[in-house]
Amino acid sequence: MEAFTTHTGRAVPLRRGNVDTDQIIPAHWLKKVTRNGFEDGLFEAWRKDESFVLNAPERKGATVLVAGPDFGTGSSREHAVWALQNYGFKTVLSSRFADIFRGNSLKNGLLTVVLPQETIEQLWQLTEADPTAEITVDLVAREVRAEGVTAPFELDDNARWRLLEGLDDISLTLANEPDIAAFESRRPSYKPSTVRA
Amino acid sequence: MGRTLAEKVWDDHVVRRAEGEPDLLFIDLHLLHEVTSPQAFDGLRMNGRQVRRTDLTIATEDHNTPTLDIDKPIADPVSRTQLETLRKNCAEFGVRLHPLGDVEQGVVHVVGPQLGLTQPGTTVVCGDSHTSTHGAFGALAFGIGTSQVEHVLATQTLPLAPFRTMAVTVDGELPEGVTAKDLILAVIAQIGTGGGQGYVIEYRGSAIEKLSMESRMTICNMSIEAGARAGMIAPDQITFDYLEGRDHAPKGADWDAALEYWRTLHTDGDAVFDHEVRIDAGTLTPFVTWGTNPGQGVPLSASVPDPASFADPGDRLSAEKALEYMGLTAGQPLREVAVDTVFVGSCTNGRIEDLRAAASVVQGRKVADGVRMLVVPGSVRVALQAVHEGLDKVFTEAGAEWRHAGCSMCLGMNPDQLAPGERSASTSNRNFEGRQGKGGRTHLVSPQVAAATAVLGHLASPADLSDAPVLTEV
Repeated sequence: MEAFTTHTGRAVPLRRGNVDTDQIIPAHWLKKVTRNGFEDGLFEAWRKDESFVLNAPERKGATVLVAGPDFGTGSSREHAVWALQNYGFKTVLSSRFADIFRGNSLKNGLLTVVLPQETIEQLWQLTEADPTAEITVDLVAREVRAEGVTAPFELDDNARWRLLEGLDDISLTLANEPDIAAFESRRPSYKPSTVRA
Repeated sequence: MGRTLAEKVWDDHVVRRAEGEPDLLFIDLHLLHEVTSPQAFDGLRMNGRQVRRTDLTIATEDHNTPTLDIDKPIADPVSRTQLETLRKNCAEFGVRLHPLGDVEQGVVHVVGPQLGLTQPGTTVVCGDSHTSTHGAFGALAFGIGTSQVEHVLATQTLPLAPFRTMAVTVDGELPEGVTAKDLILAVIAQIGTGGGQGYVIEYRGSAIEKLSMESRMTICNMSIEAGARAGMIAPDQITFDYLEGRDHAPKGADWDAALEYWRTLHTDGDAVFDHEVRIDAGTLTPFVTWGTNPGQGVPLSASVPDPASFADPGDRLSAEKALEYMGLTAGQPLREVAVDTVFVGSCTNGRIEDLRAAASVVQGRKVADGVRMLVVPGSVRVALQAVHEGLDKVFTEAGAEWRHAGCSMCLGMNPDQLAPGERSASTSNRNFEGRQGKGGRTHLVSPQVAAATAVLGHLASPADLSDAPVLTEV
């Protein structure tokens, strides 16, 4: 996984709540069997509208998505995270994320930051008024900074450490393989098996 | 202090607990399908890893499969490649697969329970958010992303952040014609699409205890639409009766031992939930969504709400955008909303009881002119049972299309889609923009409401059928 320490970039203010994963990446893109090449599918339906914020020339190259509450609801498709990353986003800011999306994002090094809605509103106003305004997301200090905004955010120590180091979860788990083997050896025989009796 | 059902199941699966680390949980059952697994298998190959427990893993094809001409090669080469990739991966890694054409093929959340693999007190995961369905058995079941699919394949475990507990207590009697689907749509409308965020919901109360296993699955299935990590219902005699004798249910002494354990799986009397919601089943009526998220629902007898009536500015904006997308106006009675398509199926409402309910409404009636009704059984087994009962004939004689099993129009990944501007009454679980096809408009309903809507051509319940409901057994 790509490590995340601190990132500074221009923003896309997305004034919408309940941005579900079908909007982030529509189902027909899910036929692909790779983790890349999803950038053109990102917000595909909304991008057909010329006035959609992502289409504004001044938003080109922006890397920070500032979204409304309940971002990433719906399907478990990790393709939603890949699409955001393939497009160039490094971090997403919202007052609330759907659980599965959040888990997926942190496993891929896309930092999802929970901020109060008032802070999101401040960041919207700032970046709508000035498309060149930059936002810094500092995971080391657990702080979001922009002109007139300094906002701390929470992320548990373990998740933060894995992101800062860009660690592979599977390797971390396999380091405790004896614990898994011990658990397996005491599982009751009535537990289900997919092997035909 | 006592523990909740969810806490008991969690505690029984902790492989490793260490200060400052998420608990590492053992996974009893891992379900796979073609869409969210290819990149996970690639990851295994890249790192030279194996599937740790092929005996706890099973795959089927559902999301991207056609529901017509399944004996012919799949027309879309990209879809074909995805299915072939799953077949190749399962063969290479030794995973049991039920492909298109197999008698055990079907929607993954219909297949697991009908094989008897989904059992009380187990942990069940799948790269699909509707894995919450399996919570109906008292299992802790949740959807995961592809990175986690790879993690489970390689280790049969997952590191998981702690959850909070919520009780949704439903007491009283569901009125005639009101179903589990209406109940869960009402719950989501009440707590909102983010209301369950971080929680495992336990559904309890006298109204829940009376429900069949299939109705309980409908309820747990849509927990994710309230943002919940999972939904659960304590196992009881109805659960045990459903399981006994199924292919993979425990047998003999194992059955007795399992039963003894399963009977301990209920929330203790002195356990405390972090949050509680109460609903009186007697007040519920058929429910329908008007907007573009599952929380935007009202009773069928109501009108489209006025966005101005929402106190929260975010909700107001969301309602305005939803009405625009849905082509509806505030104050319009929902019963006057005409549809082009009716979809009966999905992991929410694609089981035999759902098909029986829909068939009992259309029996002896005709689908309205200009309306297309698609009936897609949740699995081949469900289809065979329906054929055995003559339900396929009931549907086709009414003018509906009887299709092959799969996810179909629930997510519109295969050719079963709405055209731009088309409107559906759908027994599925999501009414997101474009979910059932680009520009398509979805109203989520129960199978009974879907069937009555097909007959009348506008949103309706069986009670609206002029010649009085013929709710006889088929």
